[in-house]
Amino acid sequence: MAITRDEVAHLARLSRLALSDEELDHLAPQLDQIISSVAQVQEVAAEGIPPTSHATGLTNVFRDDEPVACLSPAEALFGAPAEELQRFKVPRILVEE
Amino acid sequence: MNELTTKTAAELAAAVAGGEVSAAEVTAAHLARIEAVEGQVNAFLHVAADAAARASEIDARRAAGAPLGPLGGVPVAVKDLFATVGMPTTCGSRILEGWHPPYESTITRRLREAGAILIGKTNMDEFAMGSSTENSAYGPSHNPWDLSFVPGGSSGGSAAAVAAYEAPLALGTDTGGSIREPAAVCGIVGTKPTYGGSSRYGVVAFASSLDTPGPLARSVLDAALLHEAMSGHDPMDSTSIDAPVPPVVAAARQADVAGMRIGIVSEFSGEGYQPGVMTRFNEAVELLESLGAKVTEISCRHFKYAMPAYYLIAPSEVSSNLARFDGMRYGLRASASSAEETMSLSRDAGFGDEAKRRIVLGTYALSSGYYDAYYGKAQQVRTLIIRDFDAAFEQVDVLVSPSSPTTAFPIGERADDPIAMYLADLCTIPSNLAGNAAISVPCGLAPENGLPVGLHVMAPVLADDRLYRVGAAVEAAFESRWGHPLLTEAKGLSA
Repeated sequence: MAITRDEVAHLARLSRLALSDEELDHLAPQLDQIISSVAQVQEVAAEGIPPTSHATGLTNVFRDDEPVACLSPAEALFGAPAEELQRFKVPRILVEE
Repeated sequence: MNELTTKTAAELAAAVAGGEVSAAEVTAAHLARIEAVEGQVNAFLHVAADAAARASEIDARRAAGAPLGPLGGVPVAVKDLFATVGMPTTCGSRILEGWHPPYESTITRRLREAGAILIGKTNMDEFAMGSSTENSAYGPSHNPWDLSFVPGGSSGGSAAAVAAYEAPLALGTDTGGSIREPAAVCGIVGTKPTYGGSSRYGVVAFASSLDTPGPLARSVLDAALLHEAMSGHDPMDSTSIDAPVPPVVAAARQADVAGMRIGIVSEFSGEGYQPGVMTRFNEAVELLESLGAKVTEISCRHFKYAMPAYYLIAPSEVSSNLARFDGMRYGLRASASSAEETMSLSRDAGFGDEAKRRIVLGTYALSSGYYDAYYGKAQQVRTLIIRDFDAAFEQVDVLVSPSSPTTAFPIGERADDPIAMYLADLCTIPSNLAGNAAISVPCGLAPENGLPVGLHVMAPVLADDRLYRVGAAVEAAFESRWGHPLLTEAKGLSA
């Protein structure tokens, strides 16, 4: 087995996905099958071959730091689930122990 | 059906510019077609409320003697991951239901400036992950050749809209085949331009090193017209190539393959390839030879590892790119007491199965301890695939294969079998990993089921024009043999 249900549950927690037990039952065997399949890359003799992260070989680009028009507060907040005083309102980040 | 909806984009642009028809009439005809067939096709997630007003603006410009632009008055359907001001952008996902982007993608802005009428947003597999549109949160689109079959994906809504005459042109994106495979199985033309040739600014990211916006159309010339209008350097996309757009429209008009060296990829045949697909593919190759091309067989031995490498690289990028959907600043927010719990519940409620599979898979491939064996190894395979292409293009001008190993499959058949679904992109993935250009053009119907087959043509980076030379030559020769465009044989729609 390439990956266990417990490992999938751990990865889901790291990915901030609150998967239900039913979802874990469903997704874990599929992921096991997918990982077994993609593991074929390990057959390839690739010693000394450099990795490619990006096909066209571009390097970083820079621009002059000039002020340009930006979104108004109303535009930026248009899709906000909650807002207050022209700010995104979010649930508390720190929980008291 | 109003005959304006059967015209090509080239014909419509010329007729509007020449005053033979108004942009308002063209738009009205397409809106009426959408109204008539959407109940069967489900290609659109949103139809533009301002399309008629935009068309009237084009007509006013013409009346004032102002230039209209190369796509003046031509309706274009837009895959629902291009950010469009005034229209929602959902990416086929529940997590972005009702979201309105505050800014416009470079490509849709360019098309508006070229006079195009953005007629609506099309259905897609969620965040462009899939080959059937069945991963859309808003229900699948249906193939106009047979409504019980998928239209391919992820740009399946765009392909179905064009094949159902709801729009002459559509925008898609191709990360592993998401333009070429739906184009092939719907019997139309679709191009993945060279990576960096078309801007990703305002295109919601799936796998940033692979995502490539491109055109879908009913003719090769139309695809070239849209390709040219949408392309070119964009300072807002740091991976955009600062080079002239390849002369794709001129190449589509040239339509000549005499003396061209064409290589058949040996790895793309055999087990898993539908016999009728191979029959039509082999006929297309014979046709190219009869038109004066020199055909040889070429082995690209690492191409068989393209799919496993892709399913490590793309999910790794997905796990990072989809991290931005956290329910904090936009999109679905589930109610919970802490920020972390809110994120986890929002993402579980907002993403579908395929997005979740790929997020977890990518998180796995990038984990310390597994990184070298999976993501690192996949990146080395990517280098070897690029080298296979480089070696092949020293011997031939273009490579060919079937666009997909099979024709369209029935809705539901592969919906919960990820590996079977992934096989639809077997032939298209190498060009995403290498960043080169590729096209799918119709090459007939598979004898066993009467569904369309696509010829896949691959060209080197920034040699996109070669695709159109080959594509237009094949199209002209086949249509002369058939006596009509392939799509006129589609009989799946009752209107």
